[in-house]
Formats: sequence, structure tokens, C-alpha cells
Amino acid sequence: MSAAPPAVPTRFVRTAHVARKERAEGVARFLFFLMAAAMVVPLCAILGYLLWKAAPALHLGFLLDVPKKGMTEGGIWPAFVGTLYLVGMSLAVSAPVGVLAAVYLNEYSRDNAFTRAINLAVINLAGVPSIVHALFGLGAFVYAAKFGYSILSASLTLAIMTLPVIIASTREALASVPHSFREACWNVGASRWQTIQAVVLPNSISGILTGLILQVSRAAGETAPIMFTGAVFYKAVQRGDLFPYRLDEQCMALSMHLYTVATQVPNVQEAIPYATAVVLLGSVLLVNATAVTLRVWLRGRKRW
Amino acid sequence: MVNGSRTAPPPAAPAAPARIQVADLRLSYGDKEVIHGISFDVRANEILGVIGPAQSGKSSMLRCLNRTIEFVAGARVSGTVHVDGEDVSRTRDVHALRRKIGMVAPLPVGLPLTIYDNVAFAPRCAGLRDRAELDALVEHCLRQAALWDEVKDRLGSLGTALSGGQQQRLTIARALSHRPEVLCLDEFSIAIDPVTTMRIEDVLKELRREITIILVTNLTQQARRLADRTMFMLNGRIVELDRTDVVFSEQPGSRQTWDYVNGNFG
Amino acid sequence: MTAPAPSPRPQRSRLERLAEALLEGLIRLSGVSAIVFVLAIFFFVFREAAPVVFSRNFDLWKFLFSIEWYPTSASNVRYGTFALTVGSFAVTALAMAIAVPFGLGAAIYLSEFCGRRLRETLKIVIELLSAIPSVVWGFIALTVTSKLVVDATGAAVGVNVLNGGVVLALMSVPIIVSIGEDALKAVPDSYREAALALGATRWQVVYRVLLPAARNGLLAAVLLGVGRAVGETMAVLMATGHAVHIPGSLLDSVRTLTANIAAELGEAPVGSDHYRVLFLTGVLLFCITFAVNIIADLAIRGVRRRG
Repeated sequence: MSAAPPAVPTRFVRTAHVARKERAEGVARFLFFLMAAAMVVPLCAILGYLLWKAAPALHLGFLLDVPKKGMTEGGIWPAFVGTLYLVGMSLAVSAPVGVLAAVYLNEYSRDNAFTRAINLAVINLAGVPSIVHALFGLGAFVYAAKFGYSILSASLTLAIMTLPVIIASTREALASVPHSFREACWNVGASRWQTIQAVVLPNSISGILTGLILQVSRAAGETAPIMFTGAVFYKAVQRGDLFPYRLDEQCMALSMHLYTVATQVPNVQEAIPYATAVVLLGSVLLVNATAVTLRVWLRGRKRW
Repeated sequence: MVNGSRTAPPPAAPAAPARIQVADLRLSYGDKEVIHGISFDVRANEILGVIGPAQSGKSSMLRCLNRTIEFVAGARVSGTVHVDGEDVSRTRDVHALRRKIGMVAPLPVGLPLTIYDNVAFAPRCAGLRDRAELDALVEHCLRQAALWDEVKDRLGSLGTALSGGQQQRLTIARALSHRPEVLCLDEFSIAIDPVTTMRIEDVLKELRREITIILVTNLTQQARRLADRTMFMLNGRIVELDRTDVVFSEQPGSRQTWDYVNGNFG
Repeated sequence: MTAPAPSPRPQRSRLERLAEALLEGLIRLSGVSAIVFVLAIFFFVFREAAPVVFSRNFDLWKFLFSIEWYPTSASNVRYGTFALTVGSFAVTALAMAIAVPFGLGAAIYLSEFCGRRLRETLKIVIELLSAIPSVVWGFIALTVTSKLVVDATGAAVGVNVLNGGVVLALMSVPIIVSIGEDALKAVPDSYREAALALGATRWQVVYRVLLPAARNGLLAAVLLGVGRAVGETMAVLMATGHAVHIPGSLLDSVRTLTANIAAELGEAPVGSDHYRVLFLTGVLLFCITFAVNIIADLAIRGVRRRG
């Protein structure tokens, strides 16, 4: 109040201090960019290297053929089919349980200690090391439940291990449906389930599907949990046979096969482990990319 | 319970029997009490206006009537609410209770379903499957809500694609679709233009012949235009509940009412 | 106006109500399932380990803190897991030393510095990175990075602490980035705007305002990265070699708790002491990751309560 405002406003002066600040900003920005780039560059480099080394073996015959001469030559068909079996079975178990659990957590549970306990359990289920899941599968399914070393034991183990993936993404999908829709339904006398069925599920189905796809990709890549519960180094299978296994037998699996040819079998043709890795990695990334595409596409067509 | 008193509506006499009786209703969210023991009743076939500034507990009070307050985390209710003599906290079928009390929220909510399905949703939930009956009901409700002429050619398009005012009328049609005996409107005009507001007000005047209406409104003049009786709520208490002409007169029962109605606060 | 719609109030059939009640029962059951599974994991793993825990000559102190792991020795069998624990923590510590600065730096870049399109792209890359199976990482460690390690350091073998640490770092970066970015996103924009309005540069906003405000969430990100690294099995099995001893340098081979189970479970006769001790190692791992996860969860919860 004391002094009158200056007639001409003071011009902004770029002092040494400001210049220093801006330089620091530029440096920080560049450094952080490098750190972000440090994630992308190795990924591309590694993918390129694997592809280059795998190239000699990469053709359709490699996928359809069976391993030959003590697994030093031939293809990966039994392992590929085995992985399909394991993934399909585990999805069949974990999809209903996971989706319903997410429905419970998002639509039914109240904010109390019990719900917090469930949340903590989900987090821990995701955080338990895969080898401990393997021990659990061995103790619970192979021995206690007497399923033996079998596709059944292995896929149940995988199902429990991948449950948190489905729960988390389904929950996110359910939570993205606005609360006002639910209230509108309750106000006209719809029960909780009628509300879920009519409004919540149809509008979150895409997110739920994304979760299921991610479960598939996760289950396909896991090695440790199936190593001691149902996956086996080698099993004789016909070339291109689509139904080579029964559920109470062991099977081969891609991830396990990669471990085997990379570390356990001497004198493998050089391209074979690389090609196995490329097929495994390629399938997993393809499945993931599907999930990403689905999500991006659906973000574009919201109904409200 | 199922057929209720719908078939024989009580005569709209001055001393009509109470439809809803609320006694010593208290509501708290966590440790904070927001409604401090209110008692009032709603008479058959009247329009009860409820006015008062924001945060007075008006909307929460409505949620207690049809027990949707149960879905709010941490809400605790005491006191009793009787609807047609039945204690709502002991009712055997809470969904039937909610169908008996129609509820229209402040912001229009078109469900992400077709216009037809929006209106047919509640009857279907109640178990109505007959297509012809549903068709008739949908048309009837849309006409009641003064929306039929605008949407009759596109019943199959999404309810969420309608304009705000249309969605609000759709919401009212949906609230009428389960043939409520009491219709609660919570600041229905907050998100729509004055023209639509007037159209809906006409609808309400039409409806009062058949059903009881509780009209919570932030526009005091709206209560003055429509309500038979008006209730003034402030900070979780009822300051005054009387005939509308008394509440809006120069000498209402409370000085606070006069101040609020004349825009001195709120 | 048309005539009011026809009368009697419709009723849902009993079958419908019954089906709904049944379904809701299933939903509640599934909701509890996560708790059941976690308890079951502990129960079944511990059950296999129990006989050796309750046997007379078992010494918990020696199991945890002896470095002598000779499970197949003919004369003097000893089960000390300390070298394995140290191996786990050495590899994890190295991985975190690499992954935390890079992960948090990338998280800051994503949430504060880069444009919308680049962010979406990078997030997809991160997601793909985190989708790479651990056995593929193990294979990469065995064939690619181990050679690089030999070339760069002249070590005798490429499969060692350094190799394992680098691969684990690559594996843990995605989780640190995504959780860290969430934590930074959770800081209200009003903080940023207030600081910018006072003339702070973006970088000053980051280290004066965001880092303190998002501290708990970033801690959780790091802890979840640690959890992932400690629990990782196949990659370290293939990347770190098989020497059961306390590493003297980054270029020594080590074996971790997880890799040890994977390597020996197949050869330990079912029901033998060796087999049971491996399950006991599993219990130990379960407890470690359980603790890490709970602390991380508490840290995240702290963020929510203040936000």
C-alpha cells in the first residue's frame, strides 16, 4: 500500500541464476531420457540377436517336427502342443475363479479387515517366488491329491500362480465402470447380481478379456512351476499330432524345452536353442501384443 | 405387500393418511453424524418439497428411504422409516421396496443400454418377460416422461447417446417403469436447461394424481410452484415443515426459513 | 395418455432366485480363494518340510547361518543355507543398484518429461519387456550377456554375480517403472502447478516436490522390484553359475536360494532329508517375499491415505 506501482512493468531479466536453472533442467531431461532409452535399446538388440542366430532353423518344419537324435536335431512340436495343453487347462481353472474373485472384491466386499486380508493375499500370491509355487504344486497336487506328475498337477499349479493376473486386470476393468450406473440400477430395485449382469460385466468385458490374454502369456512362459509337477524333458510324439497327451500323463513344454536344450543336452545344433527361444518369446509377445491392441482399440469406443 | 394399495388409491383428502413415516432418523458417515434425528411423514398423493442448502442431508435422507444408503461405505443409520406401515429395515424383499419407491438422481444417468432396455430394465429385473406387456409399459412410461415423441423412432439406440435433458427424462421414465407409489426426485433440474425443467414440472403435476412425490430441490421457487407442503432442512435437521404457502409467506415458523427463502444465505 | 400398463406386479421365479443365490455363493467363495491359496501354499510346503524341522538333530541356527551346504556328502551331511542366502542377496543387491536408478529415472521421464504419444509407446515397450519369460532371460544370460561379461572383464567364466545382476536388473526395471510411474501420477497436479507457478523448473519440481511427495510409492516400487529379484528362479539358475560359496567379487559364480531348489529338487530322493530341507528353503523364501510384499503394501497404503 505504501509505494505506487511502477508505471512501466519491470521486464523479465534472464539472470545467471535462471540460466543455470535452465541448464540443469536440460541436463536432467536428457539423463532421464537416456534412462528410458536404456530399457528399449537392450530389448531391440537382444531380439535382433536372437532372431539372427535362430534364422537357420526358423521354418514351419521346425515347429511341426519332433526332436530327433537325442534332441540335438529336429523340431519342437511336442513341446509346443504341451504348452498349449498346460495353458488351456490352467486358463480353464483360473479364469472363472479369478473373474469371480474380482467381482467379489469390486462389487460385494466392504471396506473392512477381511477385504484387506484378501487384497494382501492376492498381492502375496503374485509375489511368491515361482519355485515356491512349484514346491506347493509338488506337495499339494502331485503327492497330497495324488494326481502324480501330470498335466493336471502342472496346470493347476500354473492356474494358482497366474490367478493374480486375472484378478488384478478384471478388477481394474470392473472399477472403470462408473459408480452412477450401479446406483441407477439399485434405485430401480435390481439386485447386485442383476446389476452386474446387465451393466457392469457387458461394459468391462474387454478389460476382462485382456486379463485372460495376459494370463495366457504368463502361463506359457513359466518354467519353474511345471518343472517338478508335470513337465518332462522328452516324450515321444507323432509329427503334427494335435492330441498326443492324456491329462494324467506328463508332457513336454516349450519353456522347459528351452531350458533343456540350452543347458542339459550336449552337441545341439547351434540354431535350435535360439529358434526355440524365438518361438517361445514370439508366441508370448504376440499374445501380449493382442492384449495391448485390444485395450487400445476398446479405449476408442467407450459407450459413455 | 405385492399388490400394495395400488388398485385402490386413497382419496386425496386434506388429512390423507401417511405414506411414509420417518421417526428419529439418524445417519452418520464414520464418526461424523450428518442427520441428527429427524422425524416427518409424507402423505399420500402430495408433493412434498424439500429445500435447504447443500450438505443439509437432503440426498442422504432420500437414500435412507429406499435403503440404498447400504451401498455407501461407512454409513450407519438408526431410527425407523415406515413405508405404508412396513418398517423398511425389516422388509423381506428390499428390491420390492426399491421398486415401490422410484428414485431420480441429480445427474441424468442413461444406462449404457438401448433406450428400450433402459426403461424395460426394472420390469425385467422384477421378472416380467412378456414382450407385448413390456412394449406397452415402455411406451406408457416414455409418454409419461414426455420423451416418447422424441425417441419413438430410435428405441434401439443407446440411452447414453441422448442429450442431457433427454437423459433426465429417460431416467424419470425408468423410475416410473417399475410403477412406484412414491417418486423421489433429487435436484433433478441441476444439469438441464430451463425449458426441459418446465416440461418435467408439467409431467410431475400430471403424475401427482396417481402417486406421491418427494421433490428435493435446490431451487426454492420450484418447491413453491409445485409442492403442497415444503420441508426446510439445514445441517441435518428439519427447521420447518408446513404448507408451502406458509413456508413461503412473510411469516414462516422460523426466522431461518425466511432468510433462506429470501436468499439471505444458502 | 395411454392407459396405465396392465396390472399384477411381476415376480421372479423361484428358480431364478435360487440360481442367483447359488452364483453369489460361488462369487463369495472365489473371493476367499486367494486367502485359501496363500495359506495352502504355506501349509503344503511346510508339511513336506516338517519332519526334518521337528527331528531331533535339526538346528535352525545352523540351517540359517552355516555356510556349509553338503547335502550329498557320504560321511557328514550338512545343510547350511547361509551361502545361498548371501548369493541371493548379492545378486539382488547388484540388480537393484542398476535397476533402481534406471527404473526411477525412466519413471520420472515417463510421468514428467515426455509427451503423450511417446509415453504410450514406452509403456507398451515396458509391458512387453515384463512379459518376456524368465527362461528366455536365462537363455539370454547364458548365451549373450555372459559373453559380453567375459569380453568386458576378462573373467574366467561369464556366469557369475555380475551376469546375474545385469539380467535381473533388466527383469526388474519394468515393475519399478510401472509402479513408480503410478506413484508419481498419484501426486496431485495442483502440487506441480503450484511449484511451477512459483517459477520452479520441471527438474526442481521433480526433486523438491514430487520425490518427497511420492516417497512411499517409490519405496514400494523398489521393494516390489526386490521381491521379484529375490524370487526369480530360472534366470538366475542359468545366469549365475553353481558355486555354493560366499562370493568374494562380482566375478565369482554363486548360487541363490531359488536356483538351489530348482537345481537339486530333481535329484533329491522323495522323502529324504535333503528333499525336506529343500522344502524348508522354500518356506524361508516364502517368508522373505511375504515380508517384502507386506512392507511394500503398507508403503502404498500410506500413499493412499495421504492422497
